[in-house]
Amino acid sequence: MFRTALRNVLAHKARLLMTVLAVMLGVAFVSGTLVFTNTISDAYQKSSAKGFDQVDVAIRPEGRQDTGDTIAKEPKLTGALLDKAAKVQGAETAIGVVSGFTAIADKNGKLIGDGFQSQGGNYWRTEDPRYPIVSGHAPKGEDQVLIDSKTAERAGYKVGDTVRLSIDGPVLTPKITGIFTTDDGNVAAGGSLALFDTATAQRLFHKDGSYDEIDVKAASGTGQIALRNALDEILPKDAASTITGKQLADDQARQIAEATSSMRTALLVFAGIALFVGTFIIANTFTMLVAQRTKELALLRAVGASRRQVTRSVLVEAFVVGAVAAVTGLVAGVGIGAGLRSLMGSLGGTVPDGPLVITPGTVVAALAVGILITMLAAWLPGRRAAKIPPVAAMGSVHAKTTTKSLVVRNTIGALLAGAGIATVLYATTLSSSDGQAPMGLGAVLLVIGVFVLTPLLSRPLIAAAAPLLRAFGVAGKLARQNSVRNPRRTAATASALMIGLTLITGLTVMAGSLQSAIDKMASSAIKADYVVSMANRNELSPQVEKTLRTTDGVTAISPLRNAPARIGGDTEYVTGVNGAAIGKLTDLTVDHGTFRVGGSQVVVDDETAKDHHWTAGSRFTVAYEDGRKQQLTVTGVYQSTEMMRGIMLDNATLSPHLSDPADMQVMVKMSDGATASAKSALQKALGDNPAILIQDRKDISNSIAQIFTLMLNMLYGLLAMAVIVAVLGVINTLAMSVFERSQEIGMLRAIGLDRKGIKRMVRLESLVISLFGGVLGIGLGVFFGWAAGELLGTKMATYELVLPWGRMAVFLLLAAVVGVLAALWPARRAARLNMLTAIKSE
Amino acid sequence: MTSTPLADRTTTVAARATDLSKVYGQGETQVVALDRVTVDFRQAQFTAIMGPSGSGKSTLMHCVAGLDSFSSGSVRIGDVELGSLKDKQLTRLRRDKIGFIFQAFNLLPTLTALENITLPMDIAGRKPDKAWLDTVIQMVGLSGRLSHRPAQLSGGQQQRVAVARALASKPDIIFGDEPTGNLDSRSGAEVLGFLRNSVRELGQTVVMVTHDPVAAAYADRVIFLADGRIVDELYEPSADAVLDRMKRFDAKGRTS
Repeated sequence: MFRTALRNVLAHKARLLMTVLAVMLGVAFVSGTLVFTNTISDAYQKSSAKGFDQVDVAIRPEGRQDTGDTIAKEPKLTGALLDKAAKVQGAETAIGVVSGFTAIADKNGKLIGDGFQSQGGNYWRTEDPRYPIVSGHAPKGEDQVLIDSKTAERAGYKVGDTVRLSIDGPVLTPKITGIFTTDDGNVAAGGSLALFDTATAQRLFHKDGSYDEIDVKAASGTGQIALRNALDEILPKDAASTITGKQLADDQARQIAEATSSMRTALLVFAGIALFVGTFIIANTFTMLVAQRTKELALLRAVGASRRQVTRSVLVEAFVVGAVAAVTGLVAGVGIGAGLRSLMGSLGGTVPDGPLVITPGTVVAALAVGILITMLAAWLPGRRAAKIPPVAAMGSVHAKTTTKSLVVRNTIGALLAGAGIATVLYATTLSSSDGQAPMGLGAVLLVIGVFVLTPLLSRPLIAAAAPLLRAFGVAGKLARQNSVRNPRRTAATASALMIGLTLITGLTVMAGSLQSAIDKMASSAIKADYVVSMANRNELSPQVEKTLRTTDGVTAISPLRNAPARIGGDTEYVTGVNGAAIGKLTDLTVDHGTFRVGGSQVVVDDETAKDHHWTAGSRFTVAYEDGRKQQLTVTGVYQSTEMMRGIMLDNATLSPHLSDPADMQVMVKMSDGATASAKSALQKALGDNPAILIQDRKDISNSIAQIFTLMLNMLYGLLAMAVIVAVLGVINTLAMSVFERSQEIGMLRAIGLDRKGIKRMVRLESLVISLFGGVLGIGLGVFFGWAAGELLGTKMATYELVLPWGRMAVFLLLAAVVGVLAALWPARRAARLNMLTAIKSE
Repeated sequence: MTSTPLADRTTTVAARATDLSKVYGQGETQVVALDRVTVDFRQAQFTAIMGPSGSGKSTLMHCVAGLDSFSSGSVRIGDVELGSLKDKQLTRLRRDKIGFIFQAFNLLPTLTALENITLPMDIAGRKPDKAWLDTVIQMVGLSGRLSHRPAQLSGGQQQRVAVARALASKPDIIFGDEPTGNLDSRSGAEVLGFLRNSVRELGQTVVMVTHDPVAAAYADRVIFLADGRIVDELYEPSADAVLDRMKRFDAKGRTS
C-alpha cells in the first residue's frame, strides 16, 4: 500500500503543491520561532553570564518595611562598608557600583535609544575590570565621560567629542575621554551606557556618597559560597544582603528564559493559527483527491482491500506530503530564524552575537507538527474514502457522487453558533476577570459554529451578490453558480480566510475603542498646554520646574511631585502640586466639596475617598518622610483619571519634608497656548535636553496612538501569515475547480466563450469566495470586538465602541484583492486549457 | 417521410476545406493526420464523416469547425477564411456561426435545460429569437423539462438539450462529434431524427463524425476518410451500403 500511496503523491505533485506550501509556511513559522527564540535566549544567557564574570558575591542594601508613622529609609552601602568588605578573608577586590538613568544625545541632539535603556554608571577608580577601555582613558570629574563602543559606533562619537547628556533634567556637556566594551546585558540589547568617575556618579545619581551594590571578587582558591559566608559575618544585619555571582547569573538566566518563553508562546499562538487555517486546505485537497479516485479506490476494495487499508493508504499519502512539507518548512524556518535576528539588528534592537541554535527539540517539533497536522486533516477524507462501496468501481463514468444532506451539519452548526453567541453575551454581563473564560469559550464555539454553517450561509450571501455579478453577463452568472456548487469546499476555503480576518477585525475594533478611551482619559482632564516629563518616565529634577517658571510666556505651572507618606498605618503616595496654579492646569470633575489646594487643604480622588470614608470636610493626619506629622483637611473629592489620582496637596506644605524632591511631570500653561514658538521656547529654556519630553495634548494623543499602532502593526504582521495561507487555499480551490471542470471549460470555449470570458468567470468565482470569507470574518470580528470591549471596557468610564469603518473597508478590499490575486494563476490555466482534449469524453 | 429533392435545395456552400493538411510533430515522428483534403459542405445538407480510428475524421471536423489549427490549405465558413483568424475572432465565429454537439453532451450541470439551450446567446449577450427557440424546443420535445437540471435528465434527454443548444442560435453550420456515441440505440435514433429534421424542415446544415453505419444512414451524404484522405463518398446512403463500404476498409486494412 505504501508504494501505491507514494505513486499517488508523485502523480498529483502539482495538485499537492498548494497543500505542501501551506503546511510548509506553518512549519516554517513554528521552527523559525523556535530557532529565533532559542538563539536569542542563548545569546543573552551567554552575554549575561559573561557580565557576571567580575562578581563572585554582590552586596545589596536590604529593603525595610515602613512601620507606624515612619517611612523606612533605605540602608546605605557606604565607602566604609566597601573597605571592610575588601579586607575580608578571601576577597581580592571590591567594587562599588552606582547606576542610574543617563540619556545620551546623538549629534543631532536626538535621544539615542528609546529612553528606557539609557543607563549611566561609575567607572571604578583608574582601571575598572568590568569595562575594558578600547581607546582613551578613565574619566575624572563632571566634564569627562566614557561611552560604550556600540553607542559610540551608532552615533559616530569619537574620543574627544563633546556629548550632551541628561540625568534628571539639567543638561551636561562632558567630553568623551574614552570608549569601552562591555558584556552588560542592557547594552547588548541595544541600550546605551555612560560612565562617570565614582564620586561624580554618586553626586549625579543622588547617592550621597554611597553605592547601589558592592561587587566582591574572590581571591583565587576561594569559592563563592565561602566568600559569601565570610562577608555575611562582617555585614550589619538587616542592612545588607549577599548573593553569589552564580546565583545572580542563574536569576538573570531564568528571567531571560521567562521573557523569551512568553515571546515564544505568543509567536507560537500565531503559528498555530496559520497551521489551523492550513488544515482547511489539506482537508480540501484530500477530499478532492479521494473524490477523483473514487473508481480506483472502489477497485481496491473490490479486489479485497479492507476499509482500514484504504484509509491507511490516504493517511500514508498525507504522511508523505506532511513529511516533505515539514522538512522544507524546517529549512525555511531556520532561514527565518536567522533572518529575524538580522532584521531586529537592522531595526536598532541589537541582539548579542551568538551562533544560530537549532536544538533537536526544534527539529522534532517542526517535523511532528507538519506531519501530524497533515495526517489529522486528511483523516476525515480518508474515512470517507473507506466508505466508498466496491460496486462504485463498476459504476458508469458519470456516476454522481451523492451529496450528503447538509441537514445534520446545519443543525449542529446552528446549535454551536447559538450557544457561542449566548455564552459571549452572557460573558459581557460579567466582570472583566470573571468574563474572560466564558467569552473565550463562547468565541471558540461561535467560530466553529459559523464554520460549520458556512455551506448554509454561502447560498443567501452569495445570492445577495447576484445583482452585482449579473453586470458581468454570462461569466458572472456561471461564477456565482460555480461558487455554490461544492458548498463544503467553498465553505472551507472561505472559512480559512474568515479566521484571519475575524482576528484582524476584532483586534482593530478593540484597539481603536481602547485607544480612543485612553486618549480621552489622558487628555480630557488637562487644561495645561504642555506636559513636561522624562523620556523614560523617570523623575525630573525640581530644577526643571524652577527653570520653566521664569520662562517667558509661562502663565501657570505646577509639578506633580510624588512622595510617600504614612496615613492611618499605610504607606500612600501623595502628589505635591502648585496649589495656586493647579486649577488652571487641570479640569477635574469635582464630585463634592470645592477644588482648593493650599496650606493644610487638600483634594482627594473618589477612590481614595471611598477607601478612607472621607468626604469634603474630613480631616486626617499624615506622617511625612522626615517623620513629622500634620493634620490635613479634605476640601473636595474629584474623579480620578489616568493621569491624576490620589491625594493632592500644596508643594509649599509638602516639599519642606522631602530630602530629595523629584517630580513625575511638570504641567505648563502658556500665554499663547500650544504653539511651535512656545514649545521651542520651553525647549530652549531646558537647554535642548535630549531626555526631556515636552508634549502638548496632541503629542500625548499621538504617543498613545503610536503605541497602539505599533502593537496593531505587529499583530497584523503576525496574522499576515494566516491570511497568506488562506490565499493559498483560495488558489488551491480554484485550481481544483478548474481541473475538475476542464471539460465544461472546453465546451464553453468551443461554443464561443472567449479566453477573457473564461478568465473572468474564474476570477469572479474567486472574488465571490474571498468576499464571502471577508464579510463573515469582518462581521464576526466586529461582534468579538464589541463583546471584548463590553467586558474590558467596563472599567473605563470613557470607553465606547469605535467602529473603524475605514479600516473595515480596507479589510473588505483586502479580501477582494486576495480573490483577484489568488485567481491569477488558475484563471490563466483555465483560459489556456487545450479545448480539444478538454471536450473529449474520458 | 417526405424528402425534398436534392435539386431544390440551395447549392450554396456552408463550409469548404481546400487542400487542408494537418501534420503533428517533425521529422521521423511526423504524423500526417490530414493530407490535402478538399471537401465542400453544402447548405441544408446532412453530411456524415466516417472512417476507421486514426483516419483523421475528427481532426477534419475540428479544423473545419475552428476548434483546431491546421498546417496548410484553407478552410472557409461561409465567406470567412479561418486560417487568418486570431483566437478571439475564431471564438466569435464559433459563437455566432457554428453549433456543436458533443459525444459527452457537455452540458453545464448548474444551468437548467433552457439556460443550457440559450447559453451561446447568453455568451454573445443576444436575446434568443423566441419563435425559433420555441420551434426547436418543440421539435426535440423538451417543452416539459425546461427547468430541469442535466442531472435530472436521462442521457437521451441531455443530448436533446445539446441538439437544441446547437440549433438555438440558428448557426450557419452544426458539427456533431459522435453525437450518439454515449446513447442507447433508441435515444440515438431520436437524436439523429432531430438532426435530419433540422436539415429537412428547418434548413440547417449538419456535419457529423460517426463510426456507426446506422447513424450515417440518416445523412444525405457520407464521406469516407482513411489515412487523412477522402477515399470515397456516398449520397443517400443506406446502412447496408455504408457497412459494405466500411467492411472494404477492414479487408483492405487486413490484406495490405
